[in-house]
Parts: sequence; C-alpha cells; structure tokens
Amino acid sequence: MPIDKESLAMTDTPLLKVSGVSKFYGNRIGCKDVSFELWPGEVLAIVGESGSGKTTLLNCLSTRLMPTAGSVEYRMRDGNFRDLYHMSEAERRFLMRTDWGFVHQNPADGLRMTVSAGANVGERLMAIGDRHYGRIRETASDWLARVEIGTDRIDDQPRAFSGGMRQRLQIARNLVTGPRLVFMDEPTGGLDVSVQARLLDLVRGLVNDLGLSAIVVTHDLAVARLLSHRMMVMKDGHVIEHGLTDRVLDDPREPYTQLLVSSILQV
Amino acid sequence: MATPLVVSEVFKSFTMHLRDGIKLPVVNDVNFSVASGECVVLGGPSGIGKSSILKMLYGNYAVDAGQILVDHKDRLVDIAGADPRTILDVRRHTMGYVSQFLRTVPRVAALDVVAEPLVARGVEAPEAREKASGLLAKLNLPRELWSLPPATFSGGEQQRVNIARGFITSHRILLLDEPTASLDAVNRRVVVEMIAKKKREGVALLGIFHDEEVREAVADRVLDVSQFSPRKAVAA
Repeated sequence: MPIDKESLAMTDTPLLKVSGVSKFYGNRIGCKDVSFELWPGEVLAIVGESGSGKTTLLNCLSTRLMPTAGSVEYRMRDGNFRDLYHMSEAERRFLMRTDWGFVHQNPADGLRMTVSAGANVGERLMAIGDRHYGRIRETASDWLARVEIGTDRIDDQPRAFSGGMRQRLQIARNLVTGPRLVFMDEPTGGLDVSVQARLLDLVRGLVNDLGLSAIVVTHDLAVARLLSHRMMVMKDGHVIEHGLTDRVLDDPREPYTQLLVSSILQV
Repeated sequence: MATPLVVSEVFKSFTMHLRDGIKLPVVNDVNFSVASGECVVLGGPSGIGKSSILKMLYGNYAVDAGQILVDHKDRLVDIAGADPRTILDVRRHTMGYVSQFLRTVPRVAALDVVAEPLVARGVEAPEAREKASGLLAKLNLPRELWSLPPATFSGGEQQRVNIARGFITSHRILLLDEPTASLDAVNRRVVVEMIAKKKREGVALLGIFHDEEVREAVADRVLDVSQFSPRKAVAA
C-alpha cells in the first residue's frame, strides 16, 4: 500500500482550517474559541476529562452540531476550500459519506446492527455509486480481512459480534470509501485492554498506510501517544495546551496538563 | 566543515504547578555546535541535564529561551520555535534519536520497528526490511526474534532494536542517549564501529556515554555539561 506522498512532501496547504469555533448551550460553554489547522497525513488527538468539551468540539468540526460562532473550512478534492456551514445539507451529507469517516465510541451508533457485516461495508460503496454486486462483495470481504474479521463472518449481523469485532467492522465501514479525514470519538472506550491494543495497532497501521488525516477524541493519554502527532488539551471548553504529542506528554506546561500526565498509573 | 547543529543561549527550567509552582532550573545559557563528521559527547555527573539537552534538541522538551538551529533541507530551522509539523519533518529527514529505552508498540515485529523510519521516508517496505535485517544481523540479534514484537525482549535486545532503528536512515544529525548502556562487550564494539562509520559518512553525532571505553573510542571532544548547570552558578 503506497504512502500518501502528499504528507511526505509537507504540502503548504492544510486540509482543515478551524477558526474561532465556539458552541454555547444557553449560558453554558460547550467549547470556546478553538482555532487550529489540520494537515494532510496528520493525526490530532483532543484530550481532556469528561465534560471538558472535546466531544462537543468534535461534533462541531464534523458538522454533526452547528457551532454558535466560528468557521470550519475543508479543502475539497478539487483543491478549493469550502466553509462547511455554508454548504447545503445535501453537499455535507455527500462529504460525510465519501471523503470523511466517523468512528463512534459505541459501534452500534455507527453500524446498522440488523444487516450483515458485508452489507455494512458495502453500503458506503453503494452510496458513492458502486452498483456491481460482485465487486462490492469482493471489496467488503477484502476490508473485513484487513480489520481481521474472518471472511466466513461476512453474512453475519454485527449483533452477533463481540465489542472489539464491532469496532473493527465500524472502522472498515468508514475506510472503505478511501476517506481523507476520519473523526474518532473514544475509539477504544469500553473495550478490554487486550482488545484495545489490537484495535490501536490496527488503526495505527491503517492511518500510516493510507496517509489519512484524523482527529481522535480520547481521555486516554496512552492512546494519544500511540496514535497522534499533535495534541490539544481541553478543560472547561477551552484549549489550554496544544503542541507536539511528545512535547505535551514529556514536558507538560499547564497545571491541568501536569495533573493529567502525573495521574497516569504506571504498570 | 559544515555545522548542521548549533545550540545558542538555551535556557531550560521546569515549573512544577502541582508542587506550589516551584521552579527547577535545569540548564542555563547552553552554547555549542556539532560539525559534520564529528562526535561530541556530553559529559558530567547524573542529573546535570545531559538527557534534557538531547530531549530539547529533539523537540520532546520545550525551551524557555534560546535557539536550536538545525540545517534542514537547506534551510535553518529553529527547533525552539518550530511548529509540530516542522519538528516531525526534521525528525523524518534530518535528525535521528536513539533513546535509552525502546517505546514498544504492541504487535509490531522487531524487523518492522527497525524498518519504520525508512518506510516513513517513502522507501518501499521490502527494501526497508532488507536493510533492517542487515542491521539486526550486524548487531547479533538472534534471527528468531526478528518477527516478534520487542515488548518481551531483554533490555539488551530491546536496545539493539532501538539502535538499529536509529541508525537505519541517513540522517545528518544523530542523537544518542546511552545506546550502549545494557550491551555486552561484543555488541558495544559493534556500536562503536557503527558510530565510526556514521562519522566517515559526515553525520554530526551528539551522545551520552557513561561507558568510558566507548566514550574514549567515539568522542572527538567531551562537552562538560556542568558548566551550564544553574546549581553551580548558585554555589559559586
């Protein structure tokens, strides 16, 4: 699988430009004045404890939640930037189905539990116009193998899958259309540690091989260390620290980040 | 002779917010440079800031003040102020680092751990693995371990994987944090020879070596880090 040459060449154009994004729930702050750029091939982790605003931010970035203020611009495949909130609903949906992926913490939110594993993967292909049954099934089967689900399970429904398998199926469903940007909300939350390790390794390999950009929300700093290049720490809706993942974890500057890092249990 | 690494007036301290904000000075006014084909060894007792200097150069530690200038793709990059993306590009193409301990990733084979920096530069996997095999063989890592993840390896085996990973690329600058600490005499000599080869190829090396024999063998000069110690300044 070729590496995305774009990310190696250090292109001077970001994929996503976020400026001044805020979301208020009445008087309460969801997230406030968040600005950053995401580059091709880059994995950004958003960390912070429950209620810090990280999922609100993720939802604002992925058009699942309308921000109160600010703009999110995305570089389309034709090279032009479009403001996501000035697109039509139909255009946004098309983007989400083709060029983006969204991996939910709970696989049941991202899968159709009552159709087969193969159909879960094939559905996204059909959404972009593929109609050839044999080819769809072949691609689906190929992707199941890549996420380490036996191809003999292709006709089973995800209801019959374990938590870890469901999560891997959700990842296959998202990556089958060759997205350029994937959002992940606590992708390893709720899984046993051994299952987590397998999933993380899989995600890490796929992100490297495909040269994807990703924004990963997690409260687990080990996940952030393993997957991300860059890290944003959130507290009370604000980004309080932002930098190279190694730097933020090895030399945290802000009191809250120091508290987070020093709270990790050593094994 | 080219000088790909220049450190100028660098200050570093840690502020411990969870300990009433006490400030721990680490190093003051660090100045030195490393030329191509030269191996500079950081000297001085434990806790004087040798590893901290390497971590600042590699971007793992932030810098309070000063400049760390690296010749990267024919332009000067100041690591002290560079954005994460630039630091990652410098790591990919210009500056390598052999840390004291290998950070293992579950389920990735030793051979692929070693090959990874080449693959990240766009080299095809079979070619990268071929080169990784050569290095692991040279470092006498038993062949039956190559396909296993290094998590369960002994300290010395992990360190050899780490060294191979650091030496596989042709980075112009190489930082070495005690690469020979847990190696036996035979493998120490292999590493000394590998360092000598890097020097002949014009790589600028900066390292920490507690083993006197290795230090004697590789160092062109020893830079005494205690001259940058803020503690000395207080005592004087």
